[in-house]
Amino acid sequence: MSTTSSTPAPGRAADPQALPEPLRARPVPRPGRWVSAALVLVLAAMAVNALVTNPAFRWDTVWLYLRDVVVVRGVGWTLVLTFGSMALAIVLAVALAIMRRSDNPVMRGVAWAYIWFFRGTPIYTQLVFWGLISVLYPRLSLGVPFGPEFFVFSTRDLITAFWAALLGLALNEAAYLAEIVRAGLASVDPGQAEAAKALGMKDGKIMRRVVLPQAMRVIVPPTGNETISMLKTTSLVVAVPFTLDLMYATSAVGNRTFQPIPLLVVAALWYLLITSVLMVGQHHLERYYGRGFDGGAPAGRSGRGPFGSRGTRARRPRKQDFVRAAGTTKDDPFLEVTP
Amino acid sequence: MSATQVPPSGGATSTEPMVRVRGVHKVFGHGAGATHVLRGVDLDVARGSVTVVLGPSGSGKSTLLRCVNELEEITAGEIHVGGELMGYRWDDRGVLHRLHPKVVARQRSRIGMVFQRFHLFGHMTALDNVMEAPVQVRGLAKAEARARALELLGRVGLADRVDHYPAQLSGGQQQRVAIARALAMDPELMLFDEPTSALDPELVGEVLAVMRDLASDGMTMVVVTHEIGFAREVADHVVFMDDGVIVADGAPGDLLDDPTEPRLREFLSHVL
Repeated sequence: MSTTSSTPAPGRAADPQALPEPLRARPVPRPGRWVSAALVLVLAAMAVNALVTNPAFRWDTVWLYLRDVVVVRGVGWTLVLTFGSMALAIVLAVALAIMRRSDNPVMRGVAWAYIWFFRGTPIYTQLVFWGLISVLYPRLSLGVPFGPEFFVFSTRDLITAFWAALLGLALNEAAYLAEIVRAGLASVDPGQAEAAKALGMKDGKIMRRVVLPQAMRVIVPPTGNETISMLKTTSLVVAVPFTLDLMYATSAVGNRTFQPIPLLVVAALWYLLITSVLMVGQHHLERYYGRGFDGGAPAGRSGRGPFGSRGTRARRPRKQDFVRAAGTTKDDPFLEVTP
Repeated sequence: MSATQVPPSGGATSTEPMVRVRGVHKVFGHGAGATHVLRGVDLDVARGSVTVVLGPSGSGKSTLLRCVNELEEITAGEIHVGGELMGYRWDDRGVLHRLHPKVVARQRSRIGMVFQRFHLFGHMTALDNVMEAPVQVRGLAKAEARARALELLGRVGLADRVDHYPAQLSGGQQQRVAIARALAMDPELMLFDEPTSALDPELVGEVLAVMRDLASDGMTMVVVTHEIGFAREVADHVVFMDDGVIVADGAPGDLLDDPTEPRLREFLSHVL
């Protein structure tokens, strides 16, 4: 028996405390990787060629309008709509999800009906409706139904195109998010709520302190997904019509300058850039809410906050390491084994 | 077919037992699918005593424990803890009222409960787990709750594990944190629902040691377990349940060494 390697046979170290020399073996050949890499490289070159050499894209125009003030303002409005409607939708969705778990049948029914309606009709239709609300109901009043009115508002002043767009997006999104939150709440072991109950905590506190924080681990990834989706759904606010967002701004410029294609590329590049930034944020949020699970963050109370601990990229301690380090698994004077 | 306990050896200042269970029935479900889990249980637990509840699985021991803490609503009968009727109130005209959840929560806060599967809050460190209820339920100042939590974690031998998350602790350590968490509310009564059944055999001892320590401190404890050794050594009173009723009870020596009840004899022959 001969070895091709010049290192001594593994596991024969003289000192039993020393770490053994790791095995040195030739890796399994993977020709598939090289073939696929070559194929992808060729396809990528073809794609770049198709983009760069086609004069219809007008890259100089793209570069010019990428930094145009109207376009950048459109980016701003799109971001305001995205985060504004998501924030409102998240609050509504948590309320709806908790209502659906309530023992109060009225609450359950209301939440069910809300989700049924807002998930069951197209967002475009809903946005058109919100745009028309000042026509349908020129004045809003607060008072007793069929009785006296206390406050009266003009709908046109109260719900501007911006608020109509924001509300329309938020109310629709809440229906979807409510289902995500519900799934998150259901993912928490009922034993958690039971233990909190046994300690004398009331339902509201149990939800806020125990169930919801652990549900976040399940809720955050799809919510990040919904945020990215919302970013692009904002392009539908033209239905209201709200005309300051990125999509409308770029297509307006495109129509005015008779260069629709380069301006579509401008819009696409901006959406892509914002999505990329959102993905980074989502990654950090996921890490924060995953603490205490699957290895999680290392022990210690330092790295608090979703964007707190950075640069701790070293090998994360695994659960088994802590269990072993605890030293309680052997030499126990009270060891008592009853079958 | 139920037995009532005569409180063992004095020591209790009050004649009222810590726990008084009378004619308790529990039925899960309705109609044809209903299961009658508790079929008329009577039990007294004297202040400062340790009662161990034995019985085959499905005999209703855990359900009985959960009823004492109102985690399950009883179908019939009544349970008093510390002289207070749990979950209900009689008014002057003799009408029974369900208590408001707020009051039920207050009643529960006087009773510590330790679960088979620990149920530590997974997103909190050991220290935060122990501080949670005193701060959130009692309204204790954080600093005060922290000092007390550190003391309790030290008492269960985990002073060096306070900043660990439950997932970073062994089963035995988690269960000891769970005991500290229950003790943080200064309970008058501790309920243990098979506290060592989910543990690897070599981790059982450390949890039983903490419980033994607690018992010698005079804590009133009701322990559902299969640890006959613990029952023999620590219990003042042993109760054997089968099919939803208490079929035998008495001092551990009498009951475990010389069982007369055939079902208990059968059970012990399987467990020992």
